[in-house]
Amino acid sequence: MDKLIFLFAAFFLVWGLRLQSSPESATRGNKYAALGMFLSIFGAIIMPFENSGFNNYLWIFLPLIASSIIGYVIAKKIKMTSMPQMVSIFNGLGGLSAVLLSFIELYKVSFLGGEASLAYQIILILSLFIGSIAFTGSMLAFAKLNGYKWSEKLSLPYQHIINIVLLVVILYFSYQYFEVNNDFNLIYFVLGVSLLYGIFFVAPIGGADMPVVISLLNSFTGLTAALTGIIFDNKVMLLGGILVGAAGTILTILMCKAMNRSLLNVIIGGFSSSGKKTLKGVKGGDIKEINDSDFAVQLFYSSKVIIVPGYGLAVAQAQKLCKEIQEILETNDVEVKYAIHPVAGRMPGHMNVLLAEADVDYSKLIELEQANKEFKSTDMAVIVGANDVVNPDAIDDSSSPLFGMPILKVWESKNTVVLKRSMSAGYAGVQNPLFFRDNNKMYFGDAKDSLQRLSTELKTL
Amino acid sequence: MESIIDFLITNEILIYLLLFTILLGFEVISKVPSILHTPLMSGANAISGIVILGAVILIRNTSPDNYIVLVLASIALFVGSINVFGGFLVTNRMLSMFNKKNKK
Repeated sequence: MDKLIFLFAAFFLVWGLRLQSSPESATRGNKYAALGMFLSIFGAIIMPFENSGFNNYLWIFLPLIASSIIGYVIAKKIKMTSMPQMVSIFNGLGGLSAVLLSFIELYKVSFLGGEASLAYQIILILSLFIGSIAFTGSMLAFAKLNGYKWSEKLSLPYQHIINIVLLVVILYFSYQYFEVNNDFNLIYFVLGVSLLYGIFFVAPIGGADMPVVISLLNSFTGLTAALTGIIFDNKVMLLGGILVGAAGTILTILMCKAMNRSLLNVIIGGFSSSGKKTLKGVKGGDIKEINDSDFAVQLFYSSKVIIVPGYGLAVAQAQKLCKEIQEILETNDVEVKYAIHPVAGRMPGHMNVLLAEADVDYSKLIELEQANKEFKSTDMAVIVGANDVVNPDAIDDSSSPLFGMPILKVWESKNTVVLKRSMSAGYAGVQNPLFFRDNNKMYFGDAKDSLQRLSTELKTL
Repeated sequence: MESIIDFLITNEILIYLLLFTILLGFEVISKVPSILHTPLMSGANAISGIVILGAVILIRNTSPDNYIVLVLASIALFVGSINVFGGFLVTNRMLSMFNKKNKK
């Protein structure tokens, strides 16, 4: 009976993810996946054991009830802009759960007797290690995403050498545990160093690289869940873990590609080595500002406008204003679309969610390739709070750290307007020659204020 | 080394399952369009909470007077299932935003 339930659960988990392939079916898919999860928990609660078991149902239902209430409240209250923080925290909790479970199993092997093969113990330690990185790493990622100042200062000098030393220490003590003596104190030590490693792993990575980090940590949690599945000899756990691991891995690869950087480069800490130098080669020139009424009039009489939203838009919480402007323009028969760069926002696909929250229809969101085809027929491209993803140097200048990164070729449209707070460089620390192009104008100010001014101006037309 | 090879041989079916699940996972996930990547992530995150099955199995198999194991395992169950419940609910909330327009 329980085996049959697990079988159905596995089916629903896979089918649920399969349905995520389009926005129409995704809601149903999520429900299927949740059903699969419910079935598998139910299966674990009723499955019979050889030695009849003790059940201890009170110890099971109390945590389940408490966590369902907490989970419900968090899910209802959380703001969409805080989604990366929430995913980090939840991911960390999943990691913590796996750490505790592998710890208990190791404890049982040591103190409660029972034969455990070497391979089994290796899996336990591996799960303990990876789960620990997922746990403390996610917590630090959360702190960084939430903008806590201290979280940016945790990185030590020679961090990468320290990290390698920590890895060697973990390996050595694990080996001692396997081969020399099953001293449980070694496990405490391995656990402690692993938790520390999780912090040091994320510490040198910059805030803007968080889409990669979250994806990567997500795949770690999946991996540790799969390992736990092997430990408990449960195939649904194995399957679920692998699916999550695959999701995390694919997203990590996609994010790295979208930034034209290797995973190693992200982990080591980004543009820090080359960024400063290139700032010297600032390509000067004149910038032109556009005033409120000119901007509004030009937009108003365009036939096609593409908005390029970046993280600056999300920080300023100006998505609703974007939608407002879109509506004003659409009533005047202006075609409005949004070009979404894969790394816009703070996690993969974040910008899409933020715009969906502001009621922007997803058919108006176009991806990189499609957008680059459409700029040629666009009258005006409006760049809101984005910088590096529209930098022509990525194509023109082989010495630029951005060179090779897939970008939005906004300058192919007739006119571009960049909404920006100042002339400061983007995350990569390089100046953007787009700002000095003939067909580009600047519109300075905080994204929200700027869009508010623009919207007011548009309404007077 | 021998014991690792032993492990692989005795768990032949498991290794097959592992291989095919990895292929299946990559196949299914790579079909998800980029506009759904955030919901995919929070949904996948909820699924990673499947580790709580281990906690349930562990608690049910532990003698009622073994408080260390019981307490640790129910903490594991508690934090893991916050991830599960919260993850699925918030994913549902996000996805329904994508479909608001269609219902009107």
